[in-house]
Amino acid sequence: MNSILILFAHPKFEQSRTNKALVRRIESVEGLTFHDLYERYPDFHIDISYEKELLAGHDIVIWHHPMYWYSCPPLLKQWIDLVLEYGWAYGPKGTALKAKKCLNVITTGGTRALYCAEGRNHYSVNEFLRPFEQTARLCGMEYLPPFAVMGTHELTDAELERETCKYEKTIRLLQQGGSSSDLKACDLLNDVPDLN
Amino acid sequence: MTESILFNAIVFLAGAVICVPLAKKVGLSSVLGYLFAGVLIGPYLLGFVGEEGQDILHFAEFGVVMMLFLIGLEIEPKNFWNMRKTILGMGGAQVIGTMLLSFLMFDLMGFDWKVSLTISMAVALSSTAITLQTLKEKGLFETTYGASSFSILLFQDIIVIFMLGALPLLSNIDESALGAEVEADHASLLDNLPLGLQTLAIILSVVSIVVAGRYLFVPMLRKVANTRVRELLTASALLIVLGISLLMELVGLSPALGAFLGGVVLATSEFKHELESTLEPFKDLLLGLFFMAVGASIDFMVIKENPLGVGGVLMAVIALKAVVLFLVGALFRLKLDQRLLLTVGLAQIGEFAFVLLSFAFQLNILSATQMDTMLVVTALTMVMTPILGILNERLVLPRVGTKESEKRPIDHIAKQHKVILVGFGHFGSTVGRFLRSHGIEATILDFDSNRVDLLRKMGFEVYYGDATRIDLLESAGIAEAKILISALDDPNSTLKLMKMVKKRYPHLELMVRVKNRYEAFELFDMGIENVYRETLDTSVRLASDVLSKMGFRKYTLYRQAQNFIKLDEQSMRRLAKERPKDEKEYIFRVREEIAQQERVMEEDWQRGIYQNDNHWDSEQMRLADEATKKKT
Repeated sequence: MNSILILFAHPKFEQSRTNKALVRRIESVEGLTFHDLYERYPDFHIDISYEKELLAGHDIVIWHHPMYWYSCPPLLKQWIDLVLEYGWAYGPKGTALKAKKCLNVITTGGTRALYCAEGRNHYSVNEFLRPFEQTARLCGMEYLPPFAVMGTHELTDAELERETCKYEKTIRLLQQGGSSSDLKACDLLNDVPDLN
Repeated sequence: MTESILFNAIVFLAGAVICVPLAKKVGLSSVLGYLFAGVLIGPYLLGFVGEEGQDILHFAEFGVVMMLFLIGLEIEPKNFWNMRKTILGMGGAQVIGTMLLSFLMFDLMGFDWKVSLTISMAVALSSTAITLQTLKEKGLFETTYGASSFSILLFQDIIVIFMLGALPLLSNIDESALGAEVEADHASLLDNLPLGLQTLAIILSVVSIVVAGRYLFVPMLRKVANTRVRELLTASALLIVLGISLLMELVGLSPALGAFLGGVVLATSEFKHELESTLEPFKDLLLGLFFMAVGASIDFMVIKENPLGVGGVLMAVIALKAVVLFLVGALFRLKLDQRLLLTVGLAQIGEFAFVLLSFAFQLNILSATQMDTMLVVTALTMVMTPILGILNERLVLPRVGTKESEKRPIDHIAKQHKVILVGFGHFGSTVGRFLRSHGIEATILDFDSNRVDLLRKMGFEVYYGDATRIDLLESAGIAEAKILISALDDPNSTLKLMKMVKKRYPHLELMVRVKNRYEAFELFDMGIENVYRETLDTSVRLASDVLSKMGFRKYTLYRQAQNFIKLDEQSMRRLAKERPKDEKEYIFRVREEIAQQERVMEEDWQRGIYQNDNHWDSEQMRLADEATKKKT
């Protein structure tokens, strides 16, 4: 069974209805480490060696965060800048993350319809997440499509419940280590046939 | 005339208070002022002081002892060792050269060889008191001239022991027939011991000073410092110097030399600066007294009886000493201006001559007239050299090129830092550690000797002393400092320090720890902006942690805490301006503090529970979205 590390970054978690529901659902799943970055490093003073240890001890790394201005909250960027060191995560001797899997779990206020060439946001979330994809690739990790809960402003309680359920299923699927090519066939993990 | 101590004291003090400022005003050194004051109150002008002038002279010589102790404090043993060649070389050359020349001169004048030799010994010595006082006053201690003068004087201090030992050998009368008079005056415990044992005793006493300095004086000073009674420290400082002097006299060494040694031993201790500032006033007063006594002891009757003779010898002696000094300066490659300063600076006969000459008189080597003449000449040379020094400075030196201001390696305060940290308790030490972790070594002053000791062991450069004394701050280098950090605990001391520093060094950047906003207000009033309330950040952090344990998110608390501190600082500065300035009475202050507290709480209340922070709040956006949808 694959072990999963969720690096969760939300500066105002207490006021996020969607993320509270998502996190509550998966945080106690066995074999999963839920790591709340903003709670752990409120002063942005990241313990790099501890973070490296965590990474080394897991097979799958998930960056779980809301989309803010088409990117992640600043602490997660800080985390990427500080923890993914040259000579450790990338570069000639940087092989610590090789062959691990990596993906983003995101929430967006706007609906999926807004994230396409015709929509207000012009690009898909996959395109907005390119920097993360390339970061993972440079570290020798296999980047999987994101799991995205979109249009959070309009989600009804029932819809939210369905999404959290799907999140848990996705986690379990990843733990079992299904074939990557099946997963990669979709734009979002939300579309994987096994989950629906 | 009633010669009470009180009357004498008043005469001397009044003489000093009147003459020294006058001398200063016309651009003369204080030494000259004192000397003239002495002449003025002496038996031949106003007649306030009579025969007891000699006794006072003897007493005041203690000022010289103290001065050498203080000089010792400024010289670390390592530097002293580095100077050994200069001391032996320059000192030796000067003493031998001067003795030779003056012996020839007096011999040619037809004196008995024993008389000539005795006088030449006296002539070879220069005045430590006058020279060093002048050096210090003019700030020339750090020049090659200063170093050379000091080396020569130190050598003379050592050689005078041998001179005093040799004098009895020249005596015309049988030593055993000398009688109790001489014994009493120059009693040394060791006189009856064989030479070997005498030497041993001398070596032992020197060693004991070094050992006592380390293992007796420093622990004693620490104990005393722990009592926090300031005058006890003064008492111990005096006790140390007096003790050393007594020991030296017992074994027949020069007290000045012993005191110097004691000073050197204590130079590396944390009490260095405190001892300096404690003894400095005593030294200055006693030296002043000494110079006045010299002035008062000039016997004008002798001059009147034989003005040409005295004048001739006076001129000859100064010329002779000057020539030798000039040659020694040349031999040791001093630059011309430094050499001229040295030549004039040391051309007088020193205070040791008083001792040597009267001893020689008792030993029947010198006649009464010879002694009197030489005593007058000695005193007159002391008066003359400062005058010659002024002539040299104003007329000669401007023609021999620029003044040299090179630094000597023998640096007294080890390191002059740009940051001074006052107070090294829990607050100050944290500040110091953080600075140190960035390679900034502050000069630290603290008043707790135990702590000072401990921290010194840990490699911090900490000095012991009361930092609200400007002299201590000055010796710690406040004049060169960029920033002064006050981490004192006691608000009154903080205020005192700030007032003093703000007045004397208005451009120094001040960073101040204060207890609370009321203390901060007083500093704002003085125009000090960098004020740090010691409890503000910590108490907000504690409150944050409490809230975190109650389920609040840490990052939100972190932002709110910073916000809270910022707002509190702003409101404090605003309230500082609004508060009534004239209500200094305690009762008003209490009332004011309550009013302040009330205003602060009120402001908190108006700000409300952290509702201003709507960042990243998706719920707000959702509500806004819904509102727009309902409209359409």
